[in-house]
Parts: sequence; C-alpha cells; structure tokens
Amino acid sequence: MAAGFKTVEPLEYYRRFLKENCRPDGRELGEFRTTTVNIGSISTADGSALVKLGNTTVICGIKAEFAAPPTDAPDKGYVVPNVDLPPLCSSRFRSGPPGEEAQVASQFIADVIENSQIIQKEDLCISPGKLSWVLYCDIICLDYDGNILDACTFALLAALKNVQLPEVTINEETALAEVNLNKKSYLNIRTHPVATSFAVFDDTLLIVDPTGEEEHLATGTLTVVMDEEGKLCCLHKPGGSGLTGAKLQDCMSRAVTRHKEVKKLMDEVIKSMKPK
Amino acid sequence: MEEAMRANSKMRAEPGVESSPRGPGCSLRHFACEQNLLSRPDGSASFLQGVAEKSRERLIRNTCEAVVLGALHPRTSITVVLQVISDAGSLLACCLNAACMALVDAGVPMRALFCGVTCALDSEGTLVLDPTAKQEKEARAVLTFALDSVEQKLLMSTTKGLYSDAELQQCLAAAQAASQRVFRFYRESLQRRYSKS
Repeated sequence: MAAGFKTVEPLEYYRRFLKENCRPDGRELGEFRTTTVNIGSISTADGSALVKLGNTTVICGIKAEFAAPPTDAPDKGYVVPNVDLPPLCSSRFRSGPPGEEAQVASQFIADVIENSQIIQKEDLCISPGKLSWVLYCDIICLDYDGNILDACTFALLAALKNVQLPEVTINEETALAEVNLNKKSYLNIRTHPVATSFAVFDDTLLIVDPTGEEEHLATGTLTVVMDEEGKLCCLHKPGGSGLTGAKLQDCMSRAVTRHKEVKKLMDEVIKSMKPK
Repeated sequence: MEEAMRANSKMRAEPGVESSPRGPGCSLRHFACEQNLLSRPDGSASFLQGVAEKSRERLIRNTCEAVVLGALHPRTSITVVLQVISDAGSLLACCLNAACMALVDAGVPMRALFCGVTCALDSEGTLVLDPTAKQEKEARAVLTFALDSVEQKLLMSTTKGLYSDAELQQCLAAAQAASQRVFRFYRESLQRRYSKS
C-alpha cells in the first residue's frame, strides 16, 4: 500500500515523513548515514581509501609519478584529481566520455584542493625546475546513493593521509633520479577539509546528507566545505531554491559538528592501522 | 531611432574608464545594457559591466531553472547562449545578469529576477564588490552570489579561496545591498526600452 503511494506520489509520500521531522530511512533531518572508512586497501597504489556513506561507496586511489614542474612555478608539483562515475554505480550514467556530473565533481574536488591548501605544492617538488611529483588522485564511485561530494572529499582526504612517497635523490654525475623505496615518508597534510551537503525541500526545509531519492525530489542542494579552524574552503550552491542568511548560519553550525565527527573517525582508523 | 542609437553608444563609451578609485565597500562599476540586438533569436541582451567550463554552465543553468516557470512551457527547450566579448573581472556575475536580461527580453515567465554579484576579500579582510581581474587575482577569496529579486535570497553561490563564516555573512549582506542597485538598473533599462517602442 505504502509502496504504491510512493511510486505514484513520491513527493507527497516524502512530505508525510518530513512533517514528523524524520525521513523514510528513520533518520532525523540533521543526521548523517553510517560512515565507514577503510584506508590503505589497495596495495598497488601509493595511497588509497574506501569510504561508505550509507549505500554510497567511493574509492580513491593515489599514484605518484615524476613530472617536470610547470614553467611558471618551477618549485611546485601537481595534484590532479579525477572523479569517475561509471555506469556500474547507477543506471543514470552511460559509458563513454565523462558526463556533466562527473566533470562538475572533478572540478569541485580540484577547487577544494586548491582553496584549502591541503598540501603545499612546494612539498611535492624534488628539484626546482627539473623534477617534481605529480599525484594522480582517481576517485571512483562504486555505488551512487546521493551525497557524492561528501564521500569524494572524505575519500580524498583519507587517501592523502595514507600516501607514502619514497625518498628521491638526484645523482649529480648522471643527472638521473634515484628512488630509495626503503625510505618512505608521509605527506604533510596541512588542513583537513570536510564537506557537508544539504538538500533544500519546498524552499524551506534543509536536510543533511541526502540519499539518491531525496536528491531527486529536492529543489536545491548546498555543499559546505570547512576545515578545522572553521574556515570555509568552498560554498557550493549550484542554483536551486533560495536560502536566507539565517538558514546558511544553521548549515555552518552543522558543518562544524560534522567536521569533528569525521576527524575523530579518521584519526581512529589511522591509529588502528598496523604500520607497513 | 537615431536617439536610441546615440544613447546606446554613450553608454558604451564609459566602461573603458576604471581608473577612478572606488571607496572600500559598496560601489559597483558602471553598467551598460543593450537589448534585442540580435534579430534571429527570440530575445537577446548584452551586459557590459566595467571595462572553468562545464561548472560555470551548470551554475548558470541551475540558477535559471530555479526561477523560470518551466511548467508553463512543457516540451519546450530554452537555450541560453552566452558569448563573452571581454572579461575584465566578475565574469560569472556578468553572465548571470546577461542571462536574466535575455530571459526577460524573450518574455519567458519567471518567478523572480536574479542578479549576480561578486565580492573579493583581500589579505587584510577588506571587502571589495565587483572586483576587476587584477583585484580578483590578488584577493585571498572571491565569492560570487546569485540573488533573487523578491527577498534577496541566495540562489547560487560559488567561492574560491579560504574565508571565515563571519566574512561570508558580511559578503552576503553587502551583496544583498548591491543587488538592489542592479535590480533598479534592470527596471530603468526596461522602462527606457519600452517607453521608446
């Protein structure tokens, strides 16, 4: 009976729950889904992390390679993110060149990396003007159930914390790089940006961590990326219904608590990992 | 007809000049707007303000989708084509303004008008509205907002750089005040156009 109503009038079905201040999966409006993270699972990558936000599953793998530094910034390396939404994660995506959603997500992750200064690009330089590291961050969604941006940001952060780069010395006689695989060091992660996404319903109600169905029914979305000092790296609101300043304030406070939750989870996981 | 053309050319001459120093805070650069300048499309507008691709397109598209009453035109495709003639900073805000004016010119029913406003925060935390390209490059943070005309609610926002929550509220308040000026300009520009024809 309820399933029939849900198919015919999904928005009305949803509104019945929202009136009682809860959602069909039993969560409150400000509650996140169960978040789990698995760090270092891919042994062939230099750093990796798998994040599950409810059903949404995202894996991030980071490979470090050599490259010549850019001519306009000879003492900097590169961080190249790429978000892939393959057809296996949801039937709405087709195989072929990246669709609009994947491109927008890649641009979002690139902006977060750039704005938050999560890694100082100067740290990636080996020899100014000659050799530097380039970190290829490949983020692949394995299961799409809404809130892809939060999951991708968390996966990227966790994977970057897991990256170990070997020591590289330039041999002066041969001018070739010598890689010492026995001596590896972690990256210097300066800030921890955490994304919190909201969906706007009927122009007034804000719910946190929307699922795939909720995103579809929502009239707008908002993503706030905050670091540990409460500074905002990104306020991404791609159109949709309007928000007043007061509602934005509520979002900020929720983002602050979410940051604490995520940081605690990540620190616990990293502590529990056995050293390689 | 000749008067109208003279009026248009007069508006265009000024934007090149931006050497006059603007006080910190509220002033926007000079605007100019010309409508119905292309004969083929149903509506067109050029918006001159002062002398990263798919992402920007999506922002503009989603903002338009939020205000256009699409339910009144089923099975219809509304294509908005924006051609950048010159970029002197605050490009996204200018694109949003042009898109809104073009939609009005085409007679598309909308639930509100919208406008784009850009704020830049420099390293000391001073707020500059409608920054030039140089100011944008040197700023610590650049925030672009799209606000609606009914209650100045935030329709779209995209930001670059690091800033605090208090600075965000400050920029939003300044943008809301500036948007009033933009909406007044829309009104005057439309009045001028319709009083002639």
